[in-house]
Amino acid sequence: MSVISQSDFQRKRARRKWMGRAFYGLCLLSVAIALGMLAVLLVYLFIQGITGISWSFLTSFASRHPDQAGIKAAILGSIYVVMVAGVTSFVLGVATALYLEEYAARSKFARIAKINIANLAGVPSIVYGILGLQIFVHSMHLGKSVLAGGFTLGLLVLPIVIVASGEAVRAVPPSLREAAYGLGATRWQVIWHMVIPQAFPGILTGVILAVSRAIGETAPLIAMGALTFVPFTPDSPLSRFTVLPIQIFNWTSRPQEGFQEAAAAGIIVLLVILLVMNAGAVILRNKFQNKSGG
Amino acid sequence: MAKNPVGPPLGQGARNAWKRMATERAIAALLFLSTFLSVLITIGIVAVLLFEAITFFADVSVFEFLSGTRWTPLFSSKQFGVLALVAGTTLTAVMAMVVALPLGLLSAVYLSEYAPNGVRKVVKPILEVLAGIPTVVYGYFALLFVTPILRSISGDISVFNALSASIVMGIMILPMVSSLSEDAMRAVPRTLREGAYALGSTKLEVSTLVVVPAALSGIVSAFILAVSRAIGETMIVTIAAGQNPTFTLNPFVPIETMTAYIVQVSQGDAPAGSIEFKTIFAVALLLFVITLVMNLLSQFVVSRFREEYE
Repeated sequence: MSVISQSDFQRKRARRKWMGRAFYGLCLLSVAIALGMLAVLLVYLFIQGITGISWSFLTSFASRHPDQAGIKAAILGSIYVVMVAGVTSFVLGVATALYLEEYAARSKFARIAKINIANLAGVPSIVYGILGLQIFVHSMHLGKSVLAGGFTLGLLVLPIVIVASGEAVRAVPPSLREAAYGLGATRWQVIWHMVIPQAFPGILTGVILAVSRAIGETAPLIAMGALTFVPFTPDSPLSRFTVLPIQIFNWTSRPQEGFQEAAAAGIIVLLVILLVMNAGAVILRNKFQNKSGG
Repeated sequence: MAKNPVGPPLGQGARNAWKRMATERAIAALLFLSTFLSVLITIGIVAVLLFEAITFFADVSVFEFLSGTRWTPLFSSKQFGVLALVAGTTLTAVMAMVVALPLGLLSAVYLSEYAPNGVRKVVKPILEVLAGIPTVVYGYFALLFVTPILRSISGDISVFNALSASIVMGIMILPMVSSLSEDAMRAVPRTLREGAYALGSTKLEVSTLVVVPAALSGIVSAFILAVSRAIGETMIVTIAAGQNPTFTLNPFVPIETMTAYIVQVSQGDAPAGSIEFKTIFAVALLLFVITLVMNLLSQFVVSRFREEYE
């Protein structure tokens, strides 16, 4: 065992301190790069797209001429598809979360179902598109319709709703349930009158997050067979459709600069929609936290 | 029915109780059915993929599929070597991780160990915005912003290339690495850090020799999940990396990933039942199996190797 001298120790300590500062700088740099990329991305898209945004852009159909192209069909298609997806994932997600949390928390089936849900969340989205193509479009004869697209995205975002609802339901204090049981309420009465109202903001936050994921999805709908050129608005659940991300993808892959500008303008619209939805989710969450805290 | 000021007559009470019980049972059954449906999705995915893939493998041997390096199902002389697509997927996923892992891990160390609470509360959600941006937007950014910059640096780089797509994909999955790693690091108890500080460690030493090793299972699992996400990512590589299945590790030339191939066939008009159509099921099956194995591995790492501190 050797004893290090005083000067040796001081030299080493200075080096360790210097390395510590360098490491701190490296960590800061990493965060700065990540935030910087986000800033560059947003500024670049804004510059590219802002000139393309106009009233006629929002209210025109797709066109072969870039300066006449608009996103009317894409926006309406997105809204319809996402509404179907939202309702599908809400109903199935809340029902599943209630079953797993309130009815079968410790059963073997519940354990399998929970592992399954974790894995579903990791399945590539394009695989859901193929599932939708075979089940909804072909087997159920829905065609490449709004309904088929909405169901496909509904299944895709289902794990998000299940996990968020499960957390919200678990956060409801047991004392509330016990009080209701004590008054003679049945299990469903407890859930309907006590658990769901308490958990609702959390559930709604989950649904908003799920819908904002669904609204940006492109690949599964392409795999399912959504159109890329739609000069009409979908007029029924069985009508064919396109969505905003597919329209953006289509314009991006064209060589003409005019279409690329239209794509950037479409991206701005998409990001604004996402921003509004996420802001809604944040406001809801804060309200929820304040309520349960006080 | 006689009026009863106190309560319902006995007969009606029993009927109500029976009705309530029937409702309870029906609701429990409905909720169970919904849960069962979520399990059915996985079964449905496997069944749908297997069904068409089996007929595909009746025409093309599994060995040829898994060992061939030329993928030309859309040409007249068809070859079905999926390794050309696997190479594209591997190349983009690995390079994306080269970007996402160091940046994500260092960001996580910063947020967990260095950042004051106020800064963390602001920076973390902003970082997570990166994960919420639709992938088609990243695709646009890669093709029209990053690629031109790369091409101005080196003339060898094609318009469609794996490098640009990978860099942008790395940025996209960075918040996933940083968020999950940070959660794991923050779960490391203070006492461990304080013990190391008491022995005279610097913050660097505490972070890299105590906190990171203690949180390693969470970090590794985050890393595996991020790789799985990169493998399944579709739009960035479809838009920016090209549609040329090439068995290469050269990041400067056009390639094609498994996911981009599925999009390519879906966009065309391969008739149902044709061999071109069936290829997407074989490719999707392979993709599904790879990502499933990685997701299970990630869960296994957390449950098997987690350090428990009480």
